[in-house]
Amino acid sequence: MAKLRASAPTIHAKLAVSLESESKTFQLDIDCEFPSQGITAILGESGSGKTTLLRCIAGLESKAKGQLKLGNKIWQDENIFLPAYKREIGFVFQDARLFEHLNVKNNLQFAVKRSHEKIKKAFYEEVVSALDIASLLLHKPEQLSGGEKQRVAIARALLIKPKLLIMDEPLASLDNARKHEVLPYLAALQNMFDLPILYVSHSTDEVCKLADHVIILNNGQVALQGEINDVFAHSSLPNAYKMETSTIIHARVTEKNERWHLIKAEFGGNSLWLQDNNQTLRKLLRLRILANDVSLSLDDQKDSTILNRIEGRIAGIEIDNSSATALVTIELNQIEIVAQVTRKSVDDLFLMVGMTIWAQIKTVAILS
Amino acid sequence: MGLTDSDIDAIWLTLKLAFTVTLILMVIGTPIAIWLARTKSWLRGPINALVALPLVLPPTVLGFYLLIAMGPNGPVGQLTEKLGLGLLPFTFWGLVIASLFYSLPFVVQPIQNAVEAIGKKPLEAAATLNSSPLDTFFHVVIPLAKPGFISAAILGFAHTVGEFGIVLMIGGNIPMETKVASIQIYDHVEALEYSGAHRLSAVMLGFSFIALLLLYSFQKRGLASKFRIGG
Repeated sequence: MAKLRASAPTIHAKLAVSLESESKTFQLDIDCEFPSQGITAILGESGSGKTTLLRCIAGLESKAKGQLKLGNKIWQDENIFLPAYKREIGFVFQDARLFEHLNVKNNLQFAVKRSHEKIKKAFYEEVVSALDIASLLLHKPEQLSGGEKQRVAIARALLIKPKLLIMDEPLASLDNARKHEVLPYLAALQNMFDLPILYVSHSTDEVCKLADHVIILNNGQVALQGEINDVFAHSSLPNAYKMETSTIIHARVTEKNERWHLIKAEFGGNSLWLQDNNQTLRKLLRLRILANDVSLSLDDQKDSTILNRIEGRIAGIEIDNSSATALVTIELNQIEIVAQVTRKSVDDLFLMVGMTIWAQIKTVAILS
Repeated sequence: MGLTDSDIDAIWLTLKLAFTVTLILMVIGTPIAIWLARTKSWLRGPINALVALPLVLPPTVLGFYLLIAMGPNGPVGQLTEKLGLGLLPFTFWGLVIASLFYSLPFVVQPIQNAVEAIGKKPLEAAATLNSSPLDTFFHVVIPLAKPGFISAAILGFAHTVGEFGIVLMIGGNIPMETKVASIQIYDHVEALEYSGAHRLSAVMLGFSFIALLLLYSFQKRGLASKFRIGG
């Protein structure tokens, strides 16, 4: 297990559970830490144990053994097992699980009445408007679309005033249009409610858009965990995610070029030209550059169609002799980005740590 | 209509019996039903079978065993005598106890089916909303299983009203004490008072039809369509 630095590691889970279903036994054996701020994503393929981990943290798996601490509050150890209803969590299930016998308003009131702190009217209204469900309050769950149900479920979970919000693939059961309907609400949650969120997903795209911190699970074990950028730029990314090796950067829009329909995004003393999608000046962007989309050359190739060429210094080369590729880390002023190139190219160009090099960035995805 | 006083007494007694039995059965049937719906214990099969036995057993068989058990030499009889309650056969409370066994499956099975249909999911959702198991029972399980509870009460009531064989075995034919409507009809026929039998039979027919009509109109609405009489 590779473990990268984690900032403010205040939630600590060391859990083991063995679950038997008709056909097979599933083992989860986990030791992970994540910050009590921001969104931590748990990423993994189907059957990697993501949902089981969440259920263990929520106290819904009574067979789970181990330790679980939220700050200095112990939820579980050798002697203690707090049942789910005594843990200060909010849980958003994949299938929303609204109470069918109650309308939306009463589903929310169910949480308000049992909330860990008294819910002030202003907070209630803030939640209702943040998730844009004011017009749905008198509807029954069966009258709602999948996306609406999920928004109500999120509001209900917030109204319990949890210390930790757990979301189990809240978008998985939605079609693409609905996903794009709910995603902005999720992104806004973190800023509005200042609450640690544990978010399970199998979509790298979703995770890159939302998360600050990532835990990658593989076969019931932690394969990699850390800051999102460290994880996706790491050479030991599990095979299933090798193609996702990337750099995530935050950049600010500093210039708009009307003629070419481009914007200039600056980050750490560098700049990139990106397609203008009506972003406002000074807006902070979250960008993702796939390592596959970065190629290297020894000099500035002005005769190329690639617009974004930045001069940098090679900070690291990781070679995996069992594959054709190598992962090269390039230092661009204060920022490091990763490039995936063939081992042959490393050899042909005599690439070495400390060399000056030009990174040619073919595509940049604007995440938010 | 021209019901005789003894007809009215019989109807009144029948309603009192059915009401008492239904009330007690809802209280003891609910935990049994919930246990059966949730447990993974090996006892589930045997208990399920025991509860369902009255569905297939001739009422005379059940009545016979209960008569023996509640009689002066039976364990229940000896206990009730020691407690100073006297013997239960041929008393109203003897009928109540017999009816509890006889109507048990009609109350347990609809509740059990309703609770099984709810599944674990809403309960887990409630637990994550800071709701204790008892809180969840009253505010999630009961409302969601309401059609099942209503079916159980109607079936338990109607089935107790319709008893005959077991009443004959345990209760006999004592006016105001054990002479329920079905026995009264039997008496009318025995005495060749066909017009009296007609009148009371018509009342019973009307009652049973209305009870079932009520049941099916509840079942038509939503969830309850999953519940069948007798599971």
